[in-house]
Amino acid sequence: MRWRHLDRSLFLWLLVAGALLLLVVNPIARLLWVSLHSSSGGLTLDNYVTAFSRWRYVQALLNSLILGLSVGVLGTLFGVPMAWAVSRTDMPGKTLVWISVLGTFIVPNYLSAVAWILLAGPNAGWLNRAWRSLTGADAGPFNIYSMPGLVLVVAAASFPYMFVFTRSALDLISSEMEDAATTLGAGVWRTTLRVTLPLTLPAIMGAFIVAFLEAIAIFGAPALIALPGRFQVMTTMLWQFFEFPPKVEVAAAYAMPLLALTVLLFWLQQRIIARKGYVALTGKGGERRLVRLGGWRWVMLGYCLFVTALSFFLPMLVVLQAAFAKAWGRGFSLDNLTLHNVRFVVIDQPLTRAATVHTFLYGGAAAVLALALALTIAYIVRRRLVPYGRVLSYVAMAPFVIPGIVLAIGFYASYTAPPLVLYGTAWILILAFATRFLPIAYANSDAALRSINPEMEDAVRILGGGRLLALRRVVGPLLKRGLAGAFILVFIPATRELSSAIFLYTAGTQVLAVLLFDKSDEGNFEYLAAIGLILVLGTVALVLAGFRLVGRDFMLRRTAS
Amino acid sequence: MSKLVLTGVSCHFGRVAAVDDLSLAMASGEFVSLLGPSGCGKTTTLRMIAGLLHPTSGTITMDGEVISSPASSLPPEKRNMSMIFQSYAIWPNMTVAENVGFGLEVRRLARAEVRAKVEKILDVVRMRHLSDRYPSELSGGQQQRVALARAIVVQPAVLLLDEPLSNLDANLREEMRYEIRRLHDEFHITTVYVTHDQAEAMVTSDRIAVMNQGRIEQVDEPRALYARPRTRFVAGFIGRTNFLDGEVRGDEVVFDHFTIPRARFPEAGALGPGRVSFSLRPQSIHLHRVQADQRPPAVAPGACVVAGRVVQRAYLGEHWDYAVRPAAGELQLRVTARPHEVFEVNESVWLELDPGQLAHIHDKVAHP
Repeated sequence: MRWRHLDRSLFLWLLVAGALLLLVVNPIARLLWVSLHSSSGGLTLDNYVTAFSRWRYVQALLNSLILGLSVGVLGTLFGVPMAWAVSRTDMPGKTLVWISVLGTFIVPNYLSAVAWILLAGPNAGWLNRAWRSLTGADAGPFNIYSMPGLVLVVAAASFPYMFVFTRSALDLISSEMEDAATTLGAGVWRTTLRVTLPLTLPAIMGAFIVAFLEAIAIFGAPALIALPGRFQVMTTMLWQFFEFPPKVEVAAAYAMPLLALTVLLFWLQQRIIARKGYVALTGKGGERRLVRLGGWRWVMLGYCLFVTALSFFLPMLVVLQAAFAKAWGRGFSLDNLTLHNVRFVVIDQPLTRAATVHTFLYGGAAAVLALALALTIAYIVRRRLVPYGRVLSYVAMAPFVIPGIVLAIGFYASYTAPPLVLYGTAWILILAFATRFLPIAYANSDAALRSINPEMEDAVRILGGGRLLALRRVVGPLLKRGLAGAFILVFIPATRELSSAIFLYTAGTQVLAVLLFDKSDEGNFEYLAAIGLILVLGTVALVLAGFRLVGRDFMLRRTAS
Repeated sequence: MSKLVLTGVSCHFGRVAAVDDLSLAMASGEFVSLLGPSGCGKTTTLRMIAGLLHPTSGTITMDGEVISSPASSLPPEKRNMSMIFQSYAIWPNMTVAENVGFGLEVRRLARAEVRAKVEKILDVVRMRHLSDRYPSELSGGQQQRVALARAIVVQPAVLLLDEPLSNLDANLREEMRYEIRRLHDEFHITTVYVTHDQAEAMVTSDRIAVMNQGRIEQVDEPRALYARPRTRFVAGFIGRTNFLDGEVRGDEVVFDHFTIPRARFPEAGALGPGRVSFSLRPQSIHLHRVQADQRPPAVAPGACVVAGRVVQRAYLGEHWDYAVRPAAGELQLRVTARPHEVFEVNESVWLELDPGQLAHIHDKVAHP
């Protein structure tokens, strides 16, 4: 009779706990362990001393902070006015603005770095050439290989966070609240500054932190811009520690401040978002009227188009031109057109052909894995199948605060040596991608599950079906759409992931992002653009599939959760 | 023999006792309601019977077999029960026929047999013409019927209903009460029905268990429950009532400025000395006009007459609602009078009270 009464979900708990241990806990614990031990095995702080005693290393750290803060400020200047204009005014062309913000999400940061090298590279860059032909000067003013250049590229890539956060906060403030100020005699500007903006402030601060963290954790753009510009940030420094012979211990020690800062700031961000007690974000929104801008609405539209030109239109234009050009410097003419680059990447060259296959294969496998794990955990936690299930959900969300590069070093430290050697196989990439984007999968699975009333499953069970039957016949079919969206949301970043792949790939397991980065020092930009174009097209196809399956708002759920 | 027996069942969530030492025995084929305000533990009790929750102490037995105890519980799928949920829990990915046939499919009936049974039960709930519809295409009442059909078609040993009508509009709710009772009269399935609506419980049930703060206050047939509530909570929860607090002094029960001879109470023997409380329904009090000679009116044998004054009144169409203050006391009695019995505010009246209608109540549950 006891066996008849036994709940078999306990085994599942053990399985899931084991997987999380392997994917999240072990790499980070290992990283900490390695940072505290010398290569011979004794406990030591030497690695920290090495990592922070050289001025070069400390300067990289400071550069990262400068980059993060500047990106936060510039991103705010870019994103907040746009969000206000789209949410609150009668500015024309909102759909266009919205699509181009979405487009910005789609361009990987390393590709926009490549694009900006084409645009503002010293001498040969499009903008410098345009300047020269306009003014007759013999040198252009722009040099992308500089800190301001890097800030511009990263800010243009990450301002969509500002836009989305601020916009969703603005969308929740009802006009009644503004009307209350207006009826007391405040004008439009006064109301905006005294009521609307303060109500949005927590969201803006939250977005600022996210942009800051994105900027200090980013690897691709700094590697393409800072290294040729002869300066370092933390992530490029970490990369250099891995040049032969790899100094894993020092890298681990050097990664700790990055990890600590990220965890701390995310905690702060959550506090700011949660402490909106005075903000009446009731979720109902209420009725909203649009501010009439008059003639200023064209100015506003001009500003939005200027920002999206920097973030999306110009980069995509030069990437397209280069991808289909015999030589990008020869400009836009029919006789410069060729399909050779794309053909070469996709078909002719075995290396890139394999990388293309790897990219989508690994990305897909990682998405399946992450989703299966996330869904299981979300189900266990939501249905309270085991005691202390909350712990599982915290661990599943933990990679959210681990920069990709730090996670990669943790994976490297954990799985290059026995007992479990994954380095050199595709699995280490797949598992790292799955871990890195597990929080996206988790947040989406959890949201999808939340929409299912547990009584749906209770109904199956009381009619004689077991939990598994309930999952197969009811929960599964009901979750299909939500999970398809979640799958795509993991698949997209997994196909473009560079910062963890760069540490974990080996000769046989290259993906397109790695290839693009590897070939960047050869200066063959037509080839780089073609690789980037394939990634962008893959993403666009996935996004469109997502729209069809899930609806227009599916991209936003990730940022909303 | 009893079909379903709950013995000393408790369910704690952390330090909160949602259900506290609850005992209840149900006969085979009986329809019992668990009635009480939200948070009284009625749904928790139902979910324990279903096996969806586990008791922290006590046992539940069905046909003599222990199905729930703190040590282990038979999973819901092995209890041969069915349940109707507050949300109906109709699976939106299956048609009406698929929903209803699910339980039969799980029981591995032949396809033809499943179809025949499904058609038959859909006839019973008058839903056959909609058998190929999806739930999103049905109204609330229709979904409710599907839920009923789905639960009944498997001929469960016990049928559990969790506030099944709370999401319906008032008219439909009234109709469905009778529908549920009709189905019970047709199939005689042992049924536990959870509700906070006393009218629902009155219409459907053989017996009603009134619950409060995790305990059963009283289990009785609907009429007995209304006429002779045993606790203050039950009296107040089932219908409207007046509470009269008094004291037994010798042969008299002394109330606020008036007395009633003890011998006139039906339970005279049980009225010990000291404080006593009674519940008296507003429609058990009759008002009489004071005649010019000031003499008390003629009343039914055994009834008492007390002088009083109308302090408030409201006309509700079907009846008058008066507040009357007897004698010079502080007590105010609610009185329901027929539409033609018109009295003015401040008018002096005679109150006719029948001690036989005064239900002796306790403040707390007398636990065995």
